[in-house]
Formats: sequence, structure tokens, C-alpha cells
Amino acid sequence: MREEKTLGRIGRERRRKNVLKKVLTYAILAAGGVTMILPFLWMVSTSLKSFGSVFIFDVKDIQWIPKSICWANYIDVWKVVPFARFYLNSIFVCCVVTFGQVATSALAAYAFARLKFPGRDKLFFGYLATMMIPGSVTMIPVFTMMSVFGWIDSYKALIIPAIFSAYGTFLLRQFFMTLPRDLEDAAKIDGCSLWGIFWRVILPLSNTALATLTIFVSLGNWVSFMWPLLVTNSIEKKTLPIGLAYFQEMYQYAQPDWGLLMAGSLVTMVPIIIVFLFNQRFFIEGIKLTGIKG
Amino acid sequence: MKLKSSEKEAIAGYLFILPNFAGFLLFTLFPVILSFVFSFVRWDLLSSPAFVGLNNFMKLLGFHREAGALVANDPLFWKCFGNTLYLMMIIPIEIMASLMLALVINQKIKGVNFFKTVFFLPTITNGVAICLLWYWIYNTDFGLLNSLVVNAARSIGIHAHGISWLTSVAWAKPSLMIMGLWIMMGGYNMILFLAALQGVPRELYEAAEIDGAGSWDKFWRITWPMISPATFFVAVMAIIGGFQGGFMQAYIMTGGGPEHSTTTLEYLIYNHLYSWHNVGYAASIAWFVFVVVFLITLLNWRFGGKLVQYSHY
Repeated sequence: MREEKTLGRIGRERRRKNVLKKVLTYAILAAGGVTMILPFLWMVSTSLKSFGSVFIFDVKDIQWIPKSICWANYIDVWKVVPFARFYLNSIFVCCVVTFGQVATSALAAYAFARLKFPGRDKLFFGYLATMMIPGSVTMIPVFTMMSVFGWIDSYKALIIPAIFSAYGTFLLRQFFMTLPRDLEDAAKIDGCSLWGIFWRVILPLSNTALATLTIFVSLGNWVSFMWPLLVTNSIEKKTLPIGLAYFQEMYQYAQPDWGLLMAGSLVTMVPIIIVFLFNQRFFIEGIKLTGIKG
Repeated sequence: MKLKSSEKEAIAGYLFILPNFAGFLLFTLFPVILSFVFSFVRWDLLSSPAFVGLNNFMKLLGFHREAGALVANDPLFWKCFGNTLYLMMIIPIEIMASLMLALVINQKIKGVNFFKTVFFLPTITNGVAICLLWYWIYNTDFGLLNSLVVNAARSIGIHAHGISWLTSVAWAKPSLMIMGLWIMMGGYNMILFLAALQGVPRELYEAAEIDGAGSWDKFWRITWPMISPATFFVAVMAIIGGFQGGFMQAYIMTGGGPEHSTTTLEYLIYNHLYSWHNVGYAASIAWFVFVVVFLITLLNWRFGGKLVQYSHY
């Protein structure tokens, strides 16, 4: 009898604790969620306000929902700055860099993971060692190289130095190392060439790793800022982030048209958010993969 | 002549790495050497470069006497170094926030995936848009934050003016740190913590529950030690990133001001290279950053292992 009572009490206590834990969890989630979403909502709200109505400062009545919604910002923004051109530049540069980096990384990673050749491990160590060097150390000479080559303000400067990375090679090599060798051995016995093994055995087995690297490289290039800023001058060559910064600089000596600026910012954000929503799994897996092994 | 299979494999190996290695030589290894040479050179990109020995580093790190007091040869550099360190003080809070969010998201409750996406939004958005958004929120006269602050002050009877978030020396750095916290807390670090939390074996918790351990004990005696490798990794990466950070915020939001109070080393390097055409001096600052990052990595290898508990599972 008494034991049952004690057990009942422990059970009740545990249930009460669980409820408390759930309440606390939801409280933290809600607080975090609101903090994250409010600024974005303010962005959307501002983007729908006309030039004049942004500057109504009435603290009692913060206009989350604009009194008169000004859709025109979303049309005007394409006329004020050549966003379409920036988009094309960004898409072009991003595609070429991503394809180039994934391709060269995969080739090198296969050699580092599976083929035996003199100096292999020393070379790989060299790759690893350079990953620790801050970007600005190499950025300075590469920038001067670009101006010596006469590549400043060309797609070549935006694309070619960005194609080669030790990081991609490292990531894929680590993944290739985990693949079982049986399939390759079987393919070898069947007379498959090394290229055939790479193309028909290794690559198809590495879908996840390749997708992860693709997403990392493309996202990194899509948002890259300092390098394109250094090597582009004319409006025709600017990528989206640089174009957006240029848009802001147009208001250097005047009060910015915040509605237009926020509409422009949203125009640059929304597509990548949609891409992310469809590929979330690869993002998360990729971070786990690189985080734990890197 | 017929090649042995091992020779064939070696040739294939070189061919496979060739495209990547050519790029590595041209855009990584050669620039590293070149940048080392630059740090002993004075060059404005137009006239021919002049070898100046250790002058760049003397100016960068040296001191001289002025009216009896020691004065840095380049006070701006030291100020920027200080700014960089100051802005990094938010890192522990960022890490704690990431861990807290990961702990919450790791619970099996409804709607968690939605929140995970929301927390991750700033990480996938391009930084310029985020900086512009916060630039607008921090606007002194019409910004959202000042609306909220003034409103709150009035409701308790204080007739206050808005705060000059980005335009006063006192508030500029804290403002950037708050924005940094907002960007970072739900980003990569949260996902890394989440992965680490999911890697802790359930048996440990079950055994602890049988022994009557509460949530608090379970966290400090199981979770915290078990995820310490992830915490260590996150902290090291954040510190290394911190020394190279602050460029975009300075470029978009503050111009490095007011009174250079938000100029970080990275923004200083950019200015020396691009605005003032001091290629050699920019390179010497970049090497300074490298040495700092390198020393931190070494210290981590040497002492980090003792702080971290690696599991035997």
C-alpha cells in the first residue's frame, strides 16, 4: 500500500516536472523565434511603405502594417538599380565557380584518397596547412596579380581565383576515405580503368557529399563580398551583394529611401531562402559532416 | 616500353590532382610567398616596389618616446586590434545562446523544425541585406529600436530621446555585437551543437535517471562533458573567425567610425590596400593576424586536449 503511494507521488512529481520543462522549452522557443522574426517583419513592413511614410516617427503607433501599402517599391527597385543585371552576374559567376570547384576538388580528392603516388601525403599536408592561413594574407597578392594581369573588372577575376580550394578537396577526400573498397576492387577485376572507377563507382556513391559541397560552395560564393568588391568597378560587372551595397552608396549624401532599400534587400534574399527550404537536409548534414571531421 | 601498374597509377594520380594543384600553386601557395615578400616592401601599386627591410613591422609593432612617454608608432593599428578583441567579447554569449537553442530544439516537441529554419535564416541570407536591415533598425531618428526604447521609457514616465546606436562611440560596438549575436546564435554553431547532442548515447541518461538524477545533474554530468569536443571546436572557430571579422559591418553600417571605434583589423587591411594603396603595410598586418591565429591554434593543440573529454563510444 505504502509503496504504491510513494510510487504515485514520484510519478506525479515527474509529470509536473515534465510539464514545467515543456513550458520552459516553449517559452525559450517563442522568445527566440520572435527575436529572429521581428526584424524580418520590419523589413517587409518597411519595403511596403512609400518614401514619406517611412519617416513618420510616432512611437505610440509603430506601423507594422502600413496604412497605405505601396507595392510600387517592388517595381521601382528594378528600375533604380539594374538588379536584373546583378542577378545574371551572380548566377553566372556562382554556377561556374561551383561547377569548377566541385569538379577539380572531386578529381584531386579521389587521387588523395585512393591513388598511390610519390609525395602524395606531403602534398595533402600542404593543402591542410594552407587552410589555416587567413584569407587576407592571400587576398592581397591575388588582388595585385589581378591588376598585373589586367583582369580587374572582368568575370575572370570574379571566377578563376575562386575556383580552386583546398577546403573542397579536404571535405571530399575525407568522404571518399569512408567508402568501402570492395566495389572498386570488383570494378578493377572487371577491367575498369581508374577514370571508370572514379566516374562510375566513386561519384555515384558520393551523392550526399557532392551535394553538400555544391551547396556550401554556391552559398559561399553567392554571399561573397570583399573579393567582388575589390575586383569590380563598373556597374555591369557587380554581383548581387556588391550591387546592393552600391544601391546604398547612392544615398551617401541624402536620407535613403528605406522602402526601396528594404525592397531591394528582400529581392536579393527571397530566392536563396526558397532554395534553402528545399535543400535543408543537405545543409544540416553538411554542417555536421564538416564540423565533426573538420 | 610498357609501364608497370604502379607507375600507371602514379601518373594517373598526378593527372587527377593537376587542375586543382595548378590553381593551388597559382592562387594559394604563390600568393602566400608573395605576401610574405610584400610585408618587407613599400609599394603603392603604381610606382615600382621598394625593399624596406623590417620597416613595416617596426611601424606596426614598434614604440617610440615622445615627451618622455612611450607612444605606439601606429596608434591606429593598436586601436583596431583593441576593437577586434572588444567585438570578440560577445563570442561566449553567442556560444551559450547557440547551445541553449540547440538544447531546446533537441526536445521532441511539435513545431521544432519550423523554429530550426527560422533560427537559421540570418545565416543563409546575404550579409549586406542583414547589415542594411540593422542599419535601418538602429537609425537614430526613425529606427524601430529607438521607437521601442522611447516608447518603453515614456510608459514609465521618462521623456527620453533615442539612443545614437551607430553614431556614438559608446554604443557603436555594443550595437554591432548585439547584431552579431542575433546572426550567430541560430547559425552553424547551433547545428553543430545539435549534432553533438544527438550523438550522446541515450543509455547514459537512462542510467542516470535510474539513479535519480535530475535534469540539472544530467546536463552538467553527462551532456556538458559529452559535447565538450563540439564546444571546443565551436569556440576555436569563433575566435579564429573573430580576428578576421567585422569588415562588412564597418563597410555598410559605420564606415569604421565613429572615431575609428568600429574599424577592425580586417577593415584596416582593406583600407591600407584599397583606399590608401599601402600594399606592403597591408600585407604586414595580414601576417600579424596570421601569427595570432597560428598561436591560438598551437595553444589549442597543446592545452585543448586536457579540457575536452573524448568519449569511448
